[in-house]
Amino acid sequence: MIFSFDLLIDAIVSGILIGAFYAAVTAGITLSFGILDIVNIAHPGFIILGSYVVYFINAKLGLDPIVAAIVVMPGFYLLGAAIYQIYYVSFEKRGQESIRGLAFFFGILFITEVSLVLYFGVDYRYVEAPYIGPTWHLGFVDIPLRILVPCLVSVSLIAALQLVLTRTFVGRAIMAVAQDELALRLMAVDPIRIKRIAFGISIATAALAGAFLIIIQPVEPSVGREYIGRVFAICVLGGMGSLPGTLVAALLVGIVESLTSTFYGPSWAPAVSFGFLLLTLAVRPAGLLGR
Amino acid sequence: MRSDIFFIISLIVGGCVYGLAAALGNDYYFFAGYVVVQYVVLATAWNILGGYCGYVNFGSAAFFALGAYSTVAMYRLYPPMPIPVDVAIGGVASGVIGLGTGYLTLRLRGAFFAIATLALAVVLETLVVNWEYVGGSRGAFIVRPETIAPFGSYIKYLFLIMLLVAIGSITVARLIERSRLGYGFATIRDDELAAEASGVPTLRLKLIATTISGALMGMAGAPFPYYIGYLQPSSAFGLDYAVNSIAMPLIGGTTSWVGPLIGAVLLGSLQQIATVTISSAVNLLIVGFLLVGFVIVAPKGIIGLVQKYIGRRPAGQVGRRRIKADAPEAAP
Repeated sequence: MIFSFDLLIDAIVSGILIGAFYAAVTAGITLSFGILDIVNIAHPGFIILGSYVVYFINAKLGLDPIVAAIVVMPGFYLLGAAIYQIYYVSFEKRGQESIRGLAFFFGILFITEVSLVLYFGVDYRYVEAPYIGPTWHLGFVDIPLRILVPCLVSVSLIAALQLVLTRTFVGRAIMAVAQDELALRLMAVDPIRIKRIAFGISIATAALAGAFLIIIQPVEPSVGREYIGRVFAICVLGGMGSLPGTLVAALLVGIVESLTSTFYGPSWAPAVSFGFLLLTLAVRPAGLLGR
Repeated sequence: MRSDIFFIISLIVGGCVYGLAAALGNDYYFFAGYVVVQYVVLATAWNILGGYCGYVNFGSAAFFALGAYSTVAMYRLYPPMPIPVDVAIGGVASGVIGLGTGYLTLRLRGAFFAIATLALAVVLETLVVNWEYVGGSRGAFIVRPETIAPFGSYIKYLFLIMLLVAIGSITVARLIERSRLGYGFATIRDDELAAEASGVPTLRLKLIATTISGALMGMAGAPFPYYIGYLQPSSAFGLDYAVNSIAMPLIGGTTSWVGPLIGAVLLGSLQQIATVTISSAVNLLIVGFLLVGFVIVAPKGIIGLVQKYIGRRPAGQVGRRRIKADAPEAAP
């Protein structure tokens, strides 16, 4: 174990940068799992799907990955709305969402992954953009632009989502549906429609998170798995359904992971977030900023 | 049917299966059959926790891999270890970890438990990857003897062991189902709070379930290094074990021991056929679609479909309903 002050600062900065990206990855889970109580363990699968769609557009049309992701977001929104409709009719309505709902999403995760393997193969894919490559050097701290750009866009995404949730009618309805579905019904709002919209938004964020992922690192279909634990760890740590909490927890996990991989070696990094998750679940299930 | 008679009958059935595979005269059937029987064990083990208690375990692969790696560790310690001893050790190791998981996740219900088991799988995989003694990320070689005394080729011996483990786990599952333990598990599945309130020791029952389920999965994994010859973390912790051990009981039906058996035999053979005739990626795709399709269309699995067709009440629900009906009378 080599320790130096430079290394420490550098690890913390890269942890913050990667943490902001984790926040974007988790935002969708915070919406679906945190607010709507839909255990969408297929979310990382949708993120990888997003990565591949962005890769496809980038390779064919040469469009900037982030712009491409924003273009396909409506498509992901519709996909999410459709999946919620299936989920609602087959599980929520019958009141058996727990085991079978979980198995449903597990199956979807698996189908997404295997389909991508069948279509694209298991080779690593990457995108091209002007900001991939250059690095800013501020003293002894290196800031690669390929991580800085997703980090900034991701923070704006969280801010935008938070504004939507707190300032608009639909957003407030989404927050309300988490608390009391019946009350919403009494106010002549269709809770199913609101949930459909919320789930659609949650899947739409996966497209953007997928673009960030493939900008930061080359992607192959099974990369999503290591994000399953991470996103749920962050969501639970952030206090379920709180976007600011998600951001704080994501930065924390990012920093701890980065410190671990700098000082103990990258092969230990995956255990960090999962260890975090197990610890949080065992000690403080309400999370850092619990609701 | 009494359990000892059931056990003898299943031994006879097992003997017939072995005889059939031997009569086909090709070692390939033993290789394919081993995987199917291994899935029977995994599905039955998963169902003890998932089907009877209603706790979804996504970490089946972790318990399986733990059994496999305990064999590797034993192999490093004392090379000529008989496999039944490995199976016992693997079972104990996974059972202990199962008990530990139970303690760690006692307060978690529903989705949180499921996510915690997923987390556990990754933590264990990271530990194994960093543990040089059992090969680390490079993997470990196990030298399998070509032949063994009364059986001829070694795979026949492995198949027989796995068959016995499968018979054992089905017997255990059936015993649990018809005992007070099984009724206790059913109360946890139906309403844990109400069960706790009416004096069911839910905590102890859950610990028993995680331990038995974990131990059986470990026993399924213990002979695996000898089967595959070269074990690496990514193959032992493969997501397909987790998916299959969930999909098989759900497709077969989770309320009784028959469900996982039917699901595992059907899905396992289908995958073996698809691997040979189409490709191994397509066979996984089939599992995914069957899982999603079945949970949407046939929530009670194949057993549910059959019973609806014949018009009988589901076998596993007889006990469950009786408990529900008895509950108000039992309370003073």
